Amino acid sequence: MSALSRTSAAAPVAAPHASTSGSVTAVMATVMLALTPATLYGFWLYGWPSIYLWLITVAFAMLGEAVCLRLMERRAVPVLFDGSAMLTGWLLAVSLPPWAPWWIGALGGLFATMLCKQAFGGLGQNLFNPAMVARVALLISFPVQMTAWVAPLPIDMAAAPGPISGLLVTLKGIPQGLDAVSSASLLGFAKTEMSRGVDLLQSLPHAPSLSWLGSRPGSLGETASWLIAAGGLLLIVRRVISWHIPVAMLAGIAVPAALLHLVDPARYLDATTHLLSGGAMLGAFFIATDYVTSPNTARGQLIFGAGCGVLTYVIRTWAGYPEGVAFAVLLMNSLTPIIDRYVKPRVYGRDRQGVALDAPAMAARPIVGREY
Amino acid sequence: MGLIDRLFKDPAWGVHPDDHKRPAADQPLRVLPPPARLYMPLQQHVGGAARPVVQVGEKVLKGQLLAAAQGNISAPVHSPVSGQVVAIGEVTAPHPSGLGFTAITLESDFAERWIDADAVADPFSLAPEEITRRTAAAGVVGLGGATFPSAVKFVLGQRLKVATLIVNGGECEPYLSSDDRLMRDRASEVVDGARIVMHAIGATQVLVGIENNKPEAIAAMQLAAAPFAEVNICPVPARYPMGSDKQLIQTLTGREVPADARAAEVGVLVHNVSTCAAVHQAVRLGRPLVERIVTVNGGAVREPGNVFAPLGTLVDELLAFCGLHEAPSRLILGGPMMGSPLAHGKIPLVKGASGILAFDAREATIPPAGPCIRCGSCTRACPMGLLPLEMAARIRHDKFDEAAALMLGDCISCGCCAWVCPSHIPLVQYFSHAKGELSARERTRLRNDASRRLAEARVLRLEREAREKAEAALRRKAERAAAKAAAERQETPGETV
Repeated sequence: MSALSRTSAAAPVAAPHASTSGSVTAVMATVMLALTPATLYGFWLYGWPSIYLWLITVAFAMLGEAVCLRLMERRAVPVLFDGSAMLTGWLLAVSLPPWAPWWIGALGGLFATMLCKQAFGGLGQNLFNPAMVARVALLISFPVQMTAWVAPLPIDMAAAPGPISGLLVTLKGIPQGLDAVSSASLLGFAKTEMSRGVDLLQSLPHAPSLSWLGSRPGSLGETASWLIAAGGLLLIVRRVISWHIPVAMLAGIAVPAALLHLVDPARYLDATTHLLSGGAMLGAFFIATDYVTSPNTARGQLIFGAGCGVLTYVIRTWAGYPEGVAFAVLLMNSLTPIIDRYVKPRVYGRDRQGVALDAPAMAARPIVGREY
Repeated sequence: MGLIDRLFKDPAWGVHPDDHKRPAADQPLRVLPPPARLYMPLQQHVGGAARPVVQVGEKVLKGQLLAAAQGNISAPVHSPVSGQVVAIGEVTAPHPSGLGFTAITLESDFAERWIDADAVADPFSLAPEEITRRTAAAGVVGLGGATFPSAVKFVLGQRLKVATLIVNGGECEPYLSSDDRLMRDRASEVVDGARIVMHAIGATQVLVGIENNKPEAIAAMQLAAAPFAEVNICPVPARYPMGSDKQLIQTLTGREVPADARAAEVGVLVHNVSTCAAVHQAVRLGRPLVERIVTVNGGAVREPGNVFAPLGTLVDELLAFCGLHEAPSRLILGGPMMGSPLAHGKIPLVKGASGILAFDAREATIPPAGPCIRCGSCTRACPMGLLPLEMAARIRHDKFDEAAALMLGDCISCGCCAWVCPSHIPLVQYFSHAKGELSARERTRLRNDASRRLAEARVLRLEREAREKAEAALRRKAERAAAKAAAERQETPGETV
C-alpha cells in the first residue's frame, strides 16, 4: 500500500503547494494587448514608415537582450519569452517620431535592453525605465531626428508612402517631395513661439490642431490619447496596474496647468492641452507604472505619480525641452528607492511607526462587524 | 460577487484561489471502518508530549486514556479503537523532515467498545473550571490546525475576562471541506459546543464566522443557532486567509490584535468549529477526542470527500478507502496553502489533520521561479501589511536583521505572497529560512550570553578565591608571627621585665 501512495516528487517542497496561473509573460502580454489599439491606430495614421520603425525598434531591443544573455552564457530564448524586451522596444517605438530613420530605432532598441537593463542585471534589476533612458539618450544625441515630427498621413491616402517607398523613408530619410508634411508638435510649436516673444493668445490659432482622435503630429503613443487611456483603463480593470500612479501623474500635470492657465492664459497652456500632448497619457499609464522602477506601495505610488506629473509640467513650462515626460519619469525613478525606504504600509497590529498597538485601547473599541 | 463588492466591500488583503472544495464538500460523510492497526502519536498538540500510561499487551477500550498530559501546556491521548496495545515506539511524524516520533501502536478488535462515558445532562450547571477540566481531560486541542490545548485557552479567556467568543468556520484553505461538512451535518453540536465554551470562558456572545462560499453550512448553522440569541452566525467574504485568527477577528470585530499581544488581550478568543464540536462531545457526552472528520481530496483521488476516521489511521488507509486514480505526485497534510508535504503515506492521522490531499501531476506542478519584477502583487496580497518582496531581497543577501526590521517576525506564513507571485518565487521558504536563522542566532546569542556570564562568574570566583587564599595566608603568617613573638616573649620574660 505504501507503493500506492509513494510520491513521485523526490524532495518535498514547502507550502504553498498551489500557485496563481499568472506569469510574467501574461503580465507583459496584457500590457502589449493594451498598447495594441493605439499602436495600430498609429500605424494607420502614419503609414508604412511607422510600421517599419516599430519593427526595427522591437527587433533590436530583443536582439540586444539576446546578445547580452549569450555573453553571460545563458539561454536567450526562455528569457526573451517573458516578453519584457519586446515591451521595452514597443514602448520606445511608440515614443519616437514615426518617420524617424531606421538607425534611431536600432540604436535606441539596443541601448534600452543592453545598457539600461541587462547591464544592471536583467529583468527587475534596473533603476531607470529602459525605454525612457533610451529615448532621452536619443533626444540628447540626435535632437534633429528626434524632433522631426510629421503630420498624419493615413495609410489609405493616395499621398501616403506605400510599402516600398515607406521602407525607403525609414531607411534613407524623408524624401524632398514629402517635405510638406513635416511639422512641429503642439508643445514644441508653443515653446518656439513663446521664445520668439509671441504669446499663446496670438500663436495658438495657428498651432497644430489638438485632437482627442489623434489627427496631429506626434509619436504613435502621443497622438491617440483616447486609445492609450482606454488601454490604461484595461490594465487597471485587469489589475495589472493600480490607479494610483496614473491618477496622481495626470493630476500632477493638470492641477498646476489649470491654476497657472487661470492666472495667465497668455503664458500658460491649458490643462487639456497638457494632458493630451507630449505622451502624458502614455507616460501616466504605461511608462511611469513600470513595476521595476516605481514604488511598490499605494502611498509611495501616489507620491511618485504626483512627482512625475509636476516635474513634467515644470520641465515643459520652464525648462529647455518642450516635453518632459521622459525626464520627469527618470528623475522620479531615481527617487523610487528612497520613497520605498520611507513609505511603507502599516503592518497589522502596529502603527505606522511599527510600534505595536495598545491592547487595552483596542479591547475598549466597540465591536463593529460588517454585514457581508 | 460583483465588481462593486470587489472594489469597495471586500478586504484589500488576501488572495482568491480556486477553492476546489466541490464536489468533495457535497459528498455525504463516509465513515471509515476501524483499521486493523493504528498508531497514536504522543505529540499531537503544541506543548509537552503526553506520557504513556499503558503497557504493551494491555487491552484498551475506545476512549481509554493511553497517555497523560505532561506539563502545563500538553494534552492527553486516548485510544481511538477498542483492542490491544502492541507496541510503543517510533513512527514517521507528519512533518516534511520525515523524522520519527513516539507513538502507541494499537491493534483493533473491531468491537468498538467504548469506555463508560461520564455524560453531563446540563453542562451549564457546571462551574467553568469543571468544563475546563473535562475539556483538558478529553484531549481537546485546536482542530483548525494550530493544535493548541483548548483548555489552556479557556483559562486565559477566563483570566482576561474575554467577552466575545469567535468561532472560526472560515475554512479558507482551498480543497478542504471538513469544517463545512461538520457544520452542515452536525450544526447543533457545533452551536452547543460553542455555548459550552462561552460558558467556560465567561463570554457573553458568540460570533461564528463562515465564508460565504458555504451557503449550506450557513443555513444549517443559522437554523441551529436560531434559539440562542447570543450566538450570531456571520457570513464573511470568501477570501484567503479569512480563517486566520487575526484576519477573522479584524473582519468580525473591527479590532486588531496588537503585534505583541494575544487575541484574548483585546477581548476575543477564537476557537475552530471542529474544536467546539469536540468540546460538545467531551463535556456533554463525556467522550474524548479520538475521531475526526478529514477531507480526502486532490486530483489523484478517485472518490474525493469527507471521511469520519479514527485518529491514528495511516494516511495510506484513508487514500485506499477513497481510491486513487494514480500515484499521487504530492501528498499534503492540511490545505495547499499552508499544509505540510508528506514524504509517504505511512504516517498516522493526527488531531490537527483537517485534510489529506493527493495531488496529481498537473496540480503538483509549480512553474520554476523567475526574477522578481517588483510588481507588488505580494504587497497587496499580504494580510499583515508586510513587504514580501523587500524582505526576500534582503534575505537573498543574508541580511536577516534588515528583514527583521521589515517586521519579518509578524509574517504568519499564510502563503498569499508566494501564491500570487507571477514569477513563482517561493517567498514563504525565504521567510521560513530567515526566521529559522534568526531564531538560531537568538538561541546562540542566549547561549553565548549564558556561557559568558558563567565564564565571568568563574573569573570572579577564581579571583575571589585567590584573594581569599592570599588573605588567609597573610592572616596565618601574621598569626604565626604574633604567636612566635608571644612565644619569644614567654621564653625570655626576664629581658623585658
